[in-house]
Amino acid sequence: MNGILKREALVKWAPLIVLLVLILLFTVLEPRFFSVRNLARIAISSTPALMVALGVTFIIIMGSIDLSMEGTVSVTAVVFAFAFLALGGTVLSWAWLALPLAILVGAVVGFINGLVHVKLRIPSFMASLAMGFVGTGFALLLTGGDRIRVEDEVFRGLLTERWLGFPVMVYVAALFLLIGWFIQAKTTLGRNFYAVGGGEELAHASGLNVNRVRILGFTLAGMFYAVGALMAVGRIGIAETATGNNFMFMSITSVVVGGTALWGGIGGVWNTLVGVLIVNVIGNGMVVIGLPGYVQDAVLGLLVIVAVVLSTDRKSISFVK
Amino acid sequence: MYKLNKVDKKFPGVHALKAVDFTIGRGEIVGLVGENGAGKSTLMKVIYGAYQPDGGTITIDGTAVRFANPRQAMAHGIGMVFQEQSLITNLTVMENIFLGFEKQFVKFGVIDWKAMAEAARRQLAKVKLDIDPATVTSNLSFAQRQLVELAKVLTLEERIDGDLVILLDEPTSVLAREEVELLFRLVRELTSRASFIFVSHRMDEVLELSDRIYVMKDGAVVDVVTHDEANIDKIQHKMVGRDVDKEYYREQLQKPYDAERVLVGFDKVSVPGKYSDVSFDLHPGEVLCLVGTEGSGRECILRTIFGLEKPSAGTVRMKGGVQTTFKARRAVENGVGYVPRERKVEGIVGGMNVYENMTLSQMKNYASGGILRIREEKELARKWVDRLAIKTPSVFKDCGGLSGGNQQKVVLAKWRSGGSDIILLDHPTRGLDIGAKEDVYDMIREMCDAGAGIILVADTLEEAIGLSHTILVLKDGEVQKSFRGEPGNKPSLFDLVHYMT
Repeated sequence: MNGILKREALVKWAPLIVLLVLILLFTVLEPRFFSVRNLARIAISSTPALMVALGVTFIIIMGSIDLSMEGTVSVTAVVFAFAFLALGGTVLSWAWLALPLAILVGAVVGFINGLVHVKLRIPSFMASLAMGFVGTGFALLLTGGDRIRVEDEVFRGLLTERWLGFPVMVYVAALFLLIGWFIQAKTTLGRNFYAVGGGEELAHASGLNVNRVRILGFTLAGMFYAVGALMAVGRIGIAETATGNNFMFMSITSVVVGGTALWGGIGGVWNTLVGVLIVNVIGNGMVVIGLPGYVQDAVLGLLVIVAVVLSTDRKSISFVK
Repeated sequence: MYKLNKVDKKFPGVHALKAVDFTIGRGEIVGLVGENGAGKSTLMKVIYGAYQPDGGTITIDGTAVRFANPRQAMAHGIGMVFQEQSLITNLTVMENIFLGFEKQFVKFGVIDWKAMAEAARRQLAKVKLDIDPATVTSNLSFAQRQLVELAKVLTLEERIDGDLVILLDEPTSVLAREEVELLFRLVRELTSRASFIFVSHRMDEVLELSDRIYVMKDGAVVDVVTHDEANIDKIQHKMVGRDVDKEYYREQLQKPYDAERVLVGFDKVSVPGKYSDVSFDLHPGEVLCLVGTEGSGRECILRTIFGLEKPSAGTVRMKGGVQTTFKARRAVENGVGYVPRERKVEGIVGGMNVYENMTLSQMKNYASGGILRIREEKELARKWVDRLAIKTPSVFKDCGGLSGGNQQKVVLAKWRSGGSDIILLDHPTRGLDIGAKEDVYDMIREMCDAGAGIILVADTLEEAIGLSHTILVLKDGEVQKSFRGEPGNKPSLFDLVHYMT
């Protein structure tokens, strides 16, 4: 009994411990790592990834998987940039409407994603992967391969305006993190995600509309991807087809490393926050201590395996397929 | 002669086996009974080599043996037919039978399928199963799979010298009565080839089949009785250390129901291929039991009421309203609560805690504008934990970690706290020990007193008779006969069986 308790506690806190150990390690190796400047750098690189990872967290809690984030991010970023420029090019004009529009576009993409998955009964990974390609293609169609610059100073204030050494986008991300937590812990929708992930049959037998929950989940994820896209555009001031690149590996790695179980029912937004930070601390720390960038991916890949090994009692499941 | 002498097994905090002596002679059928947690499964695991004893010795024909794993036990002729069937359903029957022992058919690295099929046919003949060994296992019925499993164990006969001992763990739990009889006849015939250890919750079957019966309680063998002197009451007395009297099913608490109102009304309802022309009325305070063999349509009737199965003919009324849409959500809104057979799969969500499970079907009542009122959820859960004496450290405990009886209580609390008054119970006591069963019986009576109507598919006929006001006997999807069951004037087992088969 005691052993089980210890194991549970270890599994629960392992990601946070890993994060703290990493921070300590890099700080010892290179004290500049722990400067406000560098921490802000980590925070900036984490924010778009965190938004995307939050979105996919809900999907993974449901026991599904969403691989459409790269396409969704690209298409929302591009649509946002076009609308923003067309409506006046500054947040102080009607162009602010482009912000909710982008989130709406994300929601629509997610909604279609969910519909395809649920109504056509296509496994979520396949449906979303396909939708992701559609999104990327659509973004390319819109831009014709061009980059669109968004140079409005107010919008770019997300990055340039700093409070206590951290840019505004970090605080905005914190707000969305809280929203994500609220949805997860305090709403019926959040509870339904866990119910579907923990036992779909049972959720159905309790009168839950499982299909509706799934579609709403994908819609919500799409909205978070859109927020991620806005952050990404705010960060570099450019929207293009490649805006979405790397988000898939980054976000899913983060969710898994954070301790959310791939078969659903376990985990949450705080796990994802820790996971995103682990991934970005490793990325940043390796640069700071002077290791070549390409080692990063290898380390992250290993980390995913370690995370899954640690977080699961693999004797009890037959997930090994 | 296989023999355990003073075998001991300890786990952290539990003395699972206390100096157990156990003997099985050639060609003998030995029954093993005991409540859940009495040590039956530990003893079985020691016998077939999955556990190593901490003390005592195991001897076969006088020679001491020690098994490091089940495979070594197999080499000494000990085979196990698992309760959870161990066949791989996407492989063929013959592949399953020789799984792990294909070498004998391999020539130059290639499997000789013809030889394997021939050998498999010989094994299947032992269990009198006339099927093509190349059949994919998933196409077989449950009973057939059980026989294939037995055939698989019987391959030991050719591989080892000496006697076989075969363990049957709850082999009848999913079989219909006639299939059970078939299995028993087969086992008796096979005693010329092997001896059997038979473990079951169904006392009458153990009595029927076994030459001798070991009764276990708290990790020790408390009695060994021979077939001729065996008596259910006496054995149950030994198992629980108290009398299981006539009041076991709470007959004295059975009260007349309210015949004026109808909760669920079936009028000549049919689902093609499942059941036809079924009519009945369920009243508040009534326990209505559906009795029949597996496949007689009992489960499908429950599924219809719960909106999972749409009838093709007839009318279903709930609280006066004729049902036109059949969806689980509608049923829940109508006050139907479903307690399914597989608690682990359909009863509770593991990973969710006690209060989350309780409000799962009624989140609407605990949310405003999609935002949950968690404090009220917890209050509700605490109230019901007290009321049903659910053993849990707190309402935050993951339900997956509760015992079967307590999970069952959480499921019942879920429906009752939401005001459900049409409760469908599908084998509610399956796999529970006697104490937990009695709790369920108490809850059934209490629900009736509170004005709920209950449709029950019972685990045993005795249970059906003991608990019900009304019994419908089904056969091949048709109602054969309806019995009234006032206390003191209940139909007998024979009355029911007569119409079942």
